[in-house]
Amino acid sequence: MRNPLSDTIVNIKPSGIRKFFDIVSEMKDAISLGVGEPDFDTPWHIRDEGIYSLEKGRTFYTSNSGLKDLKVEICNYMKRSQNVDYNPDTDVIVTVGGSEAIDIGFRAMLNPGDEVLIPQPSYVSYEPCAILAGAKPVIINLKAENEFRLTAEELEAAITDKTKILVLPFPNNPTGSIMEKEDLEKIVKVIIEKDIFVMSDEIYAELTYKDKHVSITSIPGMKERTILINGFSKAYAMTGWRLGYACGPKEIIQQMTKIHQYAIMCAPTTSQYAAVEALKNGDDDIKEMRTAYNQRRRFLMNAFKEMGLECFEPYGAFYVFPCIKEFGMTSEEFATRFLKEEKVATVPGTAFGDSGEGFLRISYAYSLETLKIAMDKLSKFITRLREEK
Amino acid sequence: MREELLAIVEKNSRIDTKELAVLLGVEEIDIINELAKLQDEGIICGFHTLINWEKTNIEKVMALIEVKVTPQRGQGFDNIAERIYKYPEVRAVYLISGGFDLLVILEEKTLKEIANFVSDKLSPLDSVLSTATHFILKKYKDYGIMLSEKYEDKREVITP
Repeated sequence: MRNPLSDTIVNIKPSGIRKFFDIVSEMKDAISLGVGEPDFDTPWHIRDEGIYSLEKGRTFYTSNSGLKDLKVEICNYMKRSQNVDYNPDTDVIVTVGGSEAIDIGFRAMLNPGDEVLIPQPSYVSYEPCAILAGAKPVIINLKAENEFRLTAEELEAAITDKTKILVLPFPNNPTGSIMEKEDLEKIVKVIIEKDIFVMSDEIYAELTYKDKHVSITSIPGMKERTILINGFSKAYAMTGWRLGYACGPKEIIQQMTKIHQYAIMCAPTTSQYAAVEALKNGDDDIKEMRTAYNQRRRFLMNAFKEMGLECFEPYGAFYVFPCIKEFGMTSEEFATRFLKEEKVATVPGTAFGDSGEGFLRISYAYSLETLKIAMDKLSKFITRLREEK
Repeated sequence: MREELLAIVEKNSRIDTKELAVLLGVEEIDIINELAKLQDEGIICGFHTLINWEKTNIEKVMALIEVKVTPQRGQGFDNIAERIYKYPEVRAVYLISGGFDLLVILEEKTLKEIANFVSDKLSPLDSVLSTATHFILKKYKDYGIMLSEKYEDKREVITP
């Protein structure tokens, strides 16, 4: 029989997280700090709106690019949070999670041979999606000494004649790093001068613990060359609803909508109705969750300080990214031993790119009680490792 | 800091000052001072424990009593409210807008004791015009805590 498979997809390596997942799933009593989604339930008034839409029989397709009401609310949100104007009729598409927006954004913009700059450590989808879109991913290895922010020098060094898109994954999963306004202004100069586009994945925009998040789209000259990606999963604890969106120049959104139209039809209708409620009346929920995350973040930073574990202070998302280089092990060895010996699951930094080597992603989307138990175990574990040496 | 501090201790009065300082990102001494101030100002009035008595074999009967009263000249409802809330078996007294005036929450060991309270103590008060007693049959949620549900983490153990 002929080989039924596509070479392109076969050559893409499976997510590094998968392997770890299989080990952890077999341990029944392990504490996990490995989850990349909120521990909160979707706020009840949002769920209730979803239920109501079902009761009302709103079970049909919506228009391809999404419910008009939802697109209007998305534009209102961009206006009030970033003072950026988008037209709900032409500049917005509602997608099946932020992930779909990444995929169709690449496919709408990339030609074979184009290069996509991907700063790492970062979310696992960018590289394979760029390859599937026929482009060549070019990795920028972010540095711990810069708190894993992207610098203008790093960007400039990576740009070639073929560079088309820079992925900007901030606030960042897995490092928790953010890009503040000054950081953005520095790279914007290079972006405009070199005439490249940006895919800014701002799915964690509402979860920052310093100043309010600044979107690159709010910096003059950038709205025209940026696809902004956001969604409902992290801010409103709506991961399972699978709902995200992209905002950008209408020529790009139009082509993205074409792919979406043929491949997806439309994002889930129930989720779209719930999302309207989220954007209209969900600000207090976000504030409450953000306060809780921030307390846990401080708790972890203090716990690391007490056990002498090196970690830069992250101001975004719900991850901390401590450095484990002093123990002379790879991230995977450390995470595997920690899991086997103390039954706590974390994710090796290398699951998010080679530059995550020597680091560990710890999620604080867990109750303080769970985090306390886990930190006691981490403290015990590293004390033992230090004695071994 | 005050609002966030109150929000934490309202849910967990056993948390110690050292931990509070970590969670709020301030010095422990600031927490100690602020808590003392909050008690002085009568903002923090007690440190209670939420108990689901239904799960014990101790009998408790709780009743909500709607009370209509005649307000007194110059005193409004305060005097009559005081006459009622001084009884130790009264857990709470609220002044209510709408169809009646005072909501009295009473907790006793038996139904009879509640009946006696209403007929012997509450109703005979001069200003009390009428009462309506409602017994609580089951508590689903109290002080923001769902009493019958237990949190279970249903997420996958590792996700990107």
